[in-house]
Order: sequence, then structure tokens, then C-alpha cells
Amino acid sequence: MADEAPKVELLWWQGCPSWEGALAILREEMSAVGLDPASVEVREVRTDEDAGRQGFVGSPTIRISGRDVQPPDGEPAGLTCRVYRLRDGRISSLPDRADLRQTLANAIEGGGQ
Amino acid sequence: MAQATATKVGDPAPALELPDTEGDIHTLPTQGEAPATVVFWTCNHCPYALAWQERLAQVARDYGARGVRFLAVNSNDAERYPRDSLEAMRERVREEDWPFPYLHDSSQQVARDWAAQVTPHVYVLDGDLRVRYEGAPDADHMDPAQNAAWLREALDDLLSGGQVSRAETEPVGCSIKWK
Repeated sequence: MADEAPKVELLWWQGCPSWEGALAILREEMSAVGLDPASVEVREVRTDEDAGRQGFVGSPTIRISGRDVQPPDGEPAGLTCRVYRLRDGRISSLPDRADLRQTLANAIEGGGQ
Repeated sequence: MAQATATKVGDPAPALELPDTEGDIHTLPTQGEAPATVVFWTCNHCPYALAWQERLAQVARDYGARGVRFLAVNSNDAERYPRDSLEAMRERVREEDWPFPYLHDSSQQVARDWAAQVTPHVYVLDGDLRVRYEGAPDADHMDPAQNAAWLREALDDLLSGGQVSRAETEPVGCSIKWK
């Protein structure tokens, strides 16, 4: 494992209820790869201006070493709910665990931030 | 945004008169015209609404032959959420298999009258237009095997002439985007 742990961020907006579930599976996956689950930075996005500044395209957004776990495909920034596509094709309000795990692993191999 | 008193089980359904994506006006059936009516809020951009869409459509296909009416309503502010514009709604209906009209509540008045909260938010009305079920389609938007079981149970109870055994569940989804 690299010396420097990757920066893990979860950005959320109160209009979508899935962020707590996303935080739970994110912490589980962090633990599974040896990261401290308490180290995740959780930030609420409250306004459209905040969303624009932070490039927030929907709740929840998870970034690991700055990389989105499912990079957005041209969606505009704004206060909305994030539509994730699971690896089996289903639409979900949560990212696929496998995408979380892969992004965490890539960040660890890459040496954190 | 101030809301009307929530429409709850046992209440008479508020009136509803809205255009669909082609401009045709739809209302609730008159009393006794249909044995049950399903009114649900949905939209184009919410993962919950999108994930539950096919399950709701299949319920409409399965129960439509028994006279059950279905109305889908989109009340989101299309100015801030362009994916919920009338044009985007029309495009979806033309590209997908929608077995119910997709109604545009541009003023949001109907959502306020019903005090709808999220997408999807499902109401089942009896033949006298009283609310007999209110809540989510089923327990998990991520599990297609749930098959809109709560909605189906409510319709089965109602169509068999009995009380709806599970009359209320918590609606889960994206908040309606108020102006």
C-alpha cells in the first residue's frame, strides 16, 4: 500500500435520500481495502452555486483522489439526484460496489492524491 | 414551500385535470367508473423513479385489463431541471413503452393539492375515489424482483372487495423539485 492514503470525499444534497446508504457502503469498501472508514470527508452541497463550484452533478457524488467513481458523462452541475448504472445494467441511486472497490484500489496503487 | 395537508388513506382524492405529453386532458374517472385508479408522481431524472418505472408499467399492463386506471404525473420545475421539460417527457413517451398517460403539472398545483412529496409517490384510489393506499411501489427500488409488490397487494385487496392490508408505506425517492 502507498504511504499516503487517498483522499475520499462524499458530497451529498438533502433532496436525495440515498447518500447515507452510499456512505455506509463506501465505508465498508474502505475498510475492506485497509483504509480508515472515518477518514472520508462528507460535505453537504446546499446551493446551485455550491454545486457549480464543486462540479457536483448529483447526490451522492463520491471522489477518490479526485476521481469520480463513475465519471459523469456531460451532466451539468446542479442540485439533483445522481443516476448510477450498475455493472449489471440496473439503474440505481447508489454506485456499484465494484466501482467503489476498483477506484479505491486504483487510488491506493497510484499513491493517494 | 408550503404544502396542502397531506392526502392520506381514507381521504377523498383531490381533483386532477392535467394535459398529457400530446396536450390531451386527463381527469380522475367519475365515481364508479373504474374499480381502482393509480395516480403516481414520477419524473425523468430521478434514479428511484427510473428504477421503478418498468415495474409500475408492468402493473399497469397487468391490471389495466381489469379496469384499473393509471395516471403518471410529473410536477418538477422544468426550468431548473430541464430533463423534466414537457419536450423531454414527450421524447420519453415516444421512445419507451408507456401504458399510461404522462401528465404535466407545470403549475405544480396538483402536486400541492395532493401534497405529493417524492418521485415516485404512489396513491391507489377506490371506485369512490378515496385513497386506499399511499406510499412506495415496493420495498427496494434496486431489486426488480420486488415487482411492485406493495402496489399489487393493494390492488388485489381492493379488487377483491376487502380492506387494503398494507395501506401506508413510506414513499421513497427524490424530492419533488418545487419552483
